[in-house]
Amino acid sequence: MRNTIRYGALVAAGALALAACSSAPEDEPDSTATGTETETEAPVEDVDYMACMVSDAGGFDDASFNESAYEGLTRAEEELGIQIAEAESTAESDYGPNLEAQVAAGCDLIITVGFLLGDATAEAAAANPDVNFAIVDFGYEEPIENVKPLFFETDEAAFLAGYAAAGTSSTGTISTFGGINIPTVSIFMDGFLAGANYYNEETGGDVTVLGWDGTDGSFTGDFDNQTNGQNTAQGFLDQGADIVMPVAGPVGLGAAQAVQSAGDAWLIGVDSDWTQSAPDYADVVLTSVLKNIGNSVFDTIEASITEFSNEPYVGTLENEGVGIADFPEGIVPEDVAGALDGLREGIISGEIEPSTAG
Amino acid sequence: MSDGKQDETPVDSTPREPEGAAGEPDAGSDQPSRAQSVLREILESSTLVVIMAIVASLAIGGLLILFADEEVREAATYFFSRPSDTFQAMGDALGGAYAAMFNGAVLNLNANDFAGLIKPFTQTLTMATPLIFAGLGLGIGFRAGLFNIGAQGQLLIGATLGAYVGFAWHLPWGIHLLVAVLGCALGGAVWGFIPGVLKAKTGAHEVIVTIMLNYIALNLVAWLLTLDTFQRPDSNNPISPIVDETAQYPLILGSEFNLHLGFLLALACAWGVWWLMERSTLGFEFRAVGANPRAARTAGMNVSKAYILVMTIAGALAGLAGSAQVLGTEKVLTTATAGSLGFDAITVALLGRSRPVGTVMAAILFGGLRAAGPTLQVQAGLPVDIVFVIQALIVLFIAAPPLVRSIFRLPAPAHEKEVAA
Repeated sequence: MRNTIRYGALVAAGALALAACSSAPEDEPDSTATGTETETEAPVEDVDYMACMVSDAGGFDDASFNESAYEGLTRAEEELGIQIAEAESTAESDYGPNLEAQVAAGCDLIITVGFLLGDATAEAAAANPDVNFAIVDFGYEEPIENVKPLFFETDEAAFLAGYAAAGTSSTGTISTFGGINIPTVSIFMDGFLAGANYYNEETGGDVTVLGWDGTDGSFTGDFDNQTNGQNTAQGFLDQGADIVMPVAGPVGLGAAQAVQSAGDAWLIGVDSDWTQSAPDYADVVLTSVLKNIGNSVFDTIEASITEFSNEPYVGTLENEGVGIADFPEGIVPEDVAGALDGLREGIISGEIEPSTAG
Repeated sequence: MSDGKQDETPVDSTPREPEGAAGEPDAGSDQPSRAQSVLREILESSTLVVIMAIVASLAIGGLLILFADEEVREAATYFFSRPSDTFQAMGDALGGAYAAMFNGAVLNLNANDFAGLIKPFTQTLTMATPLIFAGLGLGIGFRAGLFNIGAQGQLLIGATLGAYVGFAWHLPWGIHLLVAVLGCALGGAVWGFIPGVLKAKTGAHEVIVTIMLNYIALNLVAWLLTLDTFQRPDSNNPISPIVDETAQYPLILGSEFNLHLGFLLALACAWGVWWLMERSTLGFEFRAVGANPRAARTAGMNVSKAYILVMTIAGALAGLAGSAQVLGTEKVLTTATAGSLGFDAITVALLGRSRPVGTVMAAILFGGLRAAGPTLQVQAGLPVDIVFVIQALIVLFIAAPPLVRSIFRLPAPAHEKEVAA
């Protein structure tokens, strides 16, 4: 036993020694003296502005909105030359302390992610009127002076995806499911259903949507378990659906697997372009309903450096806060793809209501 | 962890058969299982081993901090041409990390007033409160030989009932808090009673039943939060209304600090559990059942009753841990209310060797690690995962006392020598 440890240590030391043989960098006067933030040698000028972010309990690696928001923050660091700090929450009880720590660290703008942080953000904003806040995917009934809500009319984009899916389906059955029945999830499903219904009205088609009926539908119960996603998607495929839109973060990857092995079926991604974020399944992705959280975070930071406003940011088709990704060639019938531009204009002008509620 | 004296009392170290001893054909269901003897060995490990386990975990945590630090990695690539850079970067990284931990969990030396100075420690105590409650309950189970994994579910059900009383009923000041706290305890007790009864009447193994009840509790709460009764008016998000102020634990150090009355209640419970286990007949029965259920039955004790009572009390305490969340710090119910508290509490109870004083100490240690999380991330720029790695390492070392003893060359406890001889 002891010998094993010795040999192990020797090998490890050898590996480190080999790795340590490169030459020292030129001496720069007081380069590591402070040891606080790593100085990026980016061409951008450093701006004296600190943007911070608190995740919800999902963490910044959730392959969902925390991650998208974090991408916006890191992009702001690179392109705007600001300082950033982040705090990942692991439990509800972390929200308040994380916000306090960031206020104490001197953050100028603190971005929180998700409705679960709604109360904690409002509380911190009231206690620190000099600090600005922004919250992703949540809006307050009464606007707060130093909190900017960022939310997204994802149903507008999902409407287009639903229309395209209805026009593309060869079985006449399309489907969607969610992770948990919360508004930020069901808004996708509702837009999808509304888009398919609109297709039926316009063309006299008879496309059925499985998984959402306007008030309730299929949910896997969480945002982690890919097996549930696979089973749910398989269930839809067995009922004759040939297009599946999973609105459940990484659970959707399970659905992608089911779709891929079924063949002759398509997947609609959500949040980001899945041909990029899930390249293994790029060959079955019909399109993706894009929710550009990262862009909205970046824009909010950029605007706040000069002047903060608590005006809500609403991502729409018009400002490209939401949208759909390009279709693969030759799959979506041309008349259907051609109709989308008109629909987009109709939604922007308010002529078309992208939800089933209206 | 200052209850070292109790270890010498022969409470838990009732003579045990050496493992694998031949000539025990009647190994019935009451025979202490292998899991139970491992459990007992952990409970018997000395205070020194526990402290050394913490030291070893912090040291390995330090190594990880070094690896996680960008400047150290950068300087290490040219270690041989200028080793001083590497050492300086290491010093900065470790110094920064441990300073951040200290500032976040004990005293904030950067603060400009006294309140700011002591705030981190009050935060540590706040974070420790639910762990004390749940750890105490689990400790009772462990000493009675029941490996209760269900604190998570018991906590959630307790929190649900307590939160409901808190936001849906509107009672006068004082009474409201009392009823809400009792609601928490009742919810947890019911969720503990179920596996207790199943164990006592049917022999269903408590580990499996409690794990399954955790899932049931979580999904039950997720479903309840889709109902209008549990949601805020005009909102479809799965988050309950804020509980009435009359049902919240009062802040004991004023509004500047988060420390609430729940902490004092937790200390009172610790005393109560000590009295129950060390001074009452019931507690003696629990310990006797834990030491050897067969012998306890022969001695005329009602083992089934003991199992049911132990699980119910443990559940009530876990439910009170839920009260620290919904009536103390969070003030709302969501599916994430329990976090990982129910599982952290298992570690806390084991680390405290299931004794009340030890559990309180261990909970404060873990509360401190959690309280240090934000400063560690924001001030030192380290991932919060370091905290969890340190926690996990502590568990690992505690679960393997011989490992710690061999690292620090500590002598083996007496009974192991006998077995070996």
